[in-house]
Amino acid sequence: MLLLIPLLPLLGFVINASLGRRLSKAASGAVACGAMLVSFLVSLAAVWQLLALEPEARAISNRAYTWITSGDFSIPVTLRLDPLAAVMILVVTGIGSLIHIYSTAYMHEETDPEYARYFSYLNLFAAFMLVLVLGANFLVMFVGWEGVGLCSYLLIGFWFEKKSAADAGKKAFIVNRIGDYGFLLGMLLIFARFGTLDFQEVARAIAPLSPERAFGTISTITLLLFIGATGKSAQIPLYIWLPDAMEGPTPVSALIHAATMVTAGVYMIGRNAVLFSHAPATLAIIAIIGVATALMAATIGLVQNDIKRVLAYSTVSQLGYMFLAMGVGAYAAGIFHLYTHAFFKALLFLGSGAVIHALAGEQDLRRMGGLKNELPITFWTFLIGAIAISGVPGFAGFFSKDEILAKTFTSGHTLLWTIGLLTSLLTAIYMFRLVFLAFYGQRAPEPVRPAHPEEEEPAAHAHEHHGHLHDAPPAMAIVLIVLAIGSVLAGYVSLGGRFEKFLDPSFGVQAAEHSSTESSPELALMLVSVVVAFAGIGVATYFFLRHRRAADALADRFSGVHRVLANKYYVDEVYDAAVVQPIRLASEDALWKTIDVRVIDGAVNGAGETVGGMSELLRRLQTGSVRSYAASLFVGVVLILGYYLWR
Amino acid sequence: MVTLNHYLVLSAILFAIGTAGVFVRRNLITILLSIEIMLNAVNLTFVAFGRALGAADGQIIVFFVMTVAAAEAAVGLAIVIGLFRHRESLNPDSFTSLKW
Repeated sequence: MLLLIPLLPLLGFVINASLGRRLSKAASGAVACGAMLVSFLVSLAAVWQLLALEPEARAISNRAYTWITSGDFSIPVTLRLDPLAAVMILVVTGIGSLIHIYSTAYMHEETDPEYARYFSYLNLFAAFMLVLVLGANFLVMFVGWEGVGLCSYLLIGFWFEKKSAADAGKKAFIVNRIGDYGFLLGMLLIFARFGTLDFQEVARAIAPLSPERAFGTISTITLLLFIGATGKSAQIPLYIWLPDAMEGPTPVSALIHAATMVTAGVYMIGRNAVLFSHAPATLAIIAIIGVATALMAATIGLVQNDIKRVLAYSTVSQLGYMFLAMGVGAYAAGIFHLYTHAFFKALLFLGSGAVIHALAGEQDLRRMGGLKNELPITFWTFLIGAIAISGVPGFAGFFSKDEILAKTFTSGHTLLWTIGLLTSLLTAIYMFRLVFLAFYGQRAPEPVRPAHPEEEEPAAHAHEHHGHLHDAPPAMAIVLIVLAIGSVLAGYVSLGGRFEKFLDPSFGVQAAEHSSTESSPELALMLVSVVVAFAGIGVATYFFLRHRRAADALADRFSGVHRVLANKYYVDEVYDAAVVQPIRLASEDALWKTIDVRVIDGAVNGAGETVGGMSELLRRLQTGSVRSYAASLFVGVVLILGYYLWR
Repeated sequence: MVTLNHYLVLSAILFAIGTAGVFVRRNLITILLSIEIMLNAVNLTFVAFGRALGAADGQIIVFFVMTVAAAEAAVGLAIVIGLFRHRESLNPDSFTSLKW
């Protein structure tokens, strides 16, 4: 049964990829959505089966076949469902189905073959993501890991006629390759150290060891794996691809670059929680990188003017939170945030998609405004998403974010907790800045400045900007509403520590190790984060709703800071100068113009010229005179005979 | 008494005459004749050895050589006729255009 879960979307991919050109939009959309929905139902059934088992024995394995056998080395293709994987498959197939449904309306302007191509990629992505999540050993996971990277590339560059989209796709792929290299090295080192790649066996082998005090093999392994996670999950230093990935269609941003694929790194760390727990040095690095990424991305998000880029930086920031949780050993809290984040971030992206759809491809916040009354469904659902991410009590984001901050504080990382709290404040500010700029105030009648043609969505629809705007069509509206409900309710599953208890067997934590009683410091911490969330919303209200001039004045006052933030700390420029240009120069001047042209071409041409020159000399022997040939023959024979006679 | 050495010396003389003919004569037909002399010098050697060793092998090989020589003469003369038609000359030095 487990096999069916990834195979169904794969079947959808095969159908849409092979027959897509002949299928109508309705048919290819139905195939893709149907595959996902059935996969979701199968996942539900599988999880139901899992829940029927004893908490300690919750794991269902399904061995498909043996992939590689070589001596002692054997890699079976095994899918394994445990509590952690259960959470993930429900998120992937559940949110995935919703986004497929949303896409049927959002991508309606595309031609039939493009439409089928889009859905075939989306199905392929889901199939690989499910392989990643269900894989029972590193190599099967790696197949999914690479596969989702490929699909991410294909979908970012979906509108590949546009150079910026094609470039963004390449950037995502190349940056991910750097991380994948780390992952691969880590995997090889695990095999060298433990002789197996199966998650359970690695965990079993390492469990009796005591945590590494110094920086040893296990720290190296985990650090390499973490490098892989920084690539896939957009953390410092490899986060730069995610904001550019917004060139893809908006539902793709919601599914791949917010809800599922980018969380693969967090999932991978959770999957190897036992391994990471034995490397405190790596955990410290993960926590620091996570919180640094969260803060940095949040500050950048404050000043961006592209609606999707704000959300992209918000995603990077929230992923930073998840890594912070992983780094302080609160694996369940990290996965819990992953799960709630999938709801509200998908909702926010899809809401922004509805805005972009209504405004004929407009993404610039400065040219939005006043959409509250014109797009009521979009507005209310988007508002719920914004409240959820800001951490207002009662909504999903509050439960998970508060859990992470509380765990950070109680594990003694006061500094990290302070930064996390600051980021939480910034989160509320930039989210409500987005809400106020897009949905309140007046829409600018004329473009504020010349449009950046490269930032336009090519889905640019024919209908006019002004006049009556259409709210989300039914397929999109339903999805928004369902996700909004999810963003409110998703957090309640953790009440009484149930979520944590459910996940703990996956992390190798004994149930008795922690108590889920709400002690007084936790209540105080909760109060602090609530205050911070409301403070953020208040600040945003002051600057972006009541006194917009004050925001501009503030930006002018600190124009240096503002410029640095607007240019994203010049990280792209630094990477360009430090990495891209040196490689380009080395390739062009050293490798191409010197080694290739001079050395390799020189050797080839030199061989030809040598033969030519020798022939020039030798051809003088060919005189055409038969008698001279006879003479040389005679002399030759005499010489040979003479040699044999007198030697 | 004619011994094996006598035959061999005669054969060597004939062979040398033939070789010299090939080199010094300027008429293709004469050159062909010189080649025949060389072939027959070799034939003589074979026959002489065959007789000295009391085996029939030498004689048998000579038959083969004669057959080949006949064919060679036919082909050679045909080529000479062709060349003559082409250049109105039998001097081998006038046929040197077959080169690079």
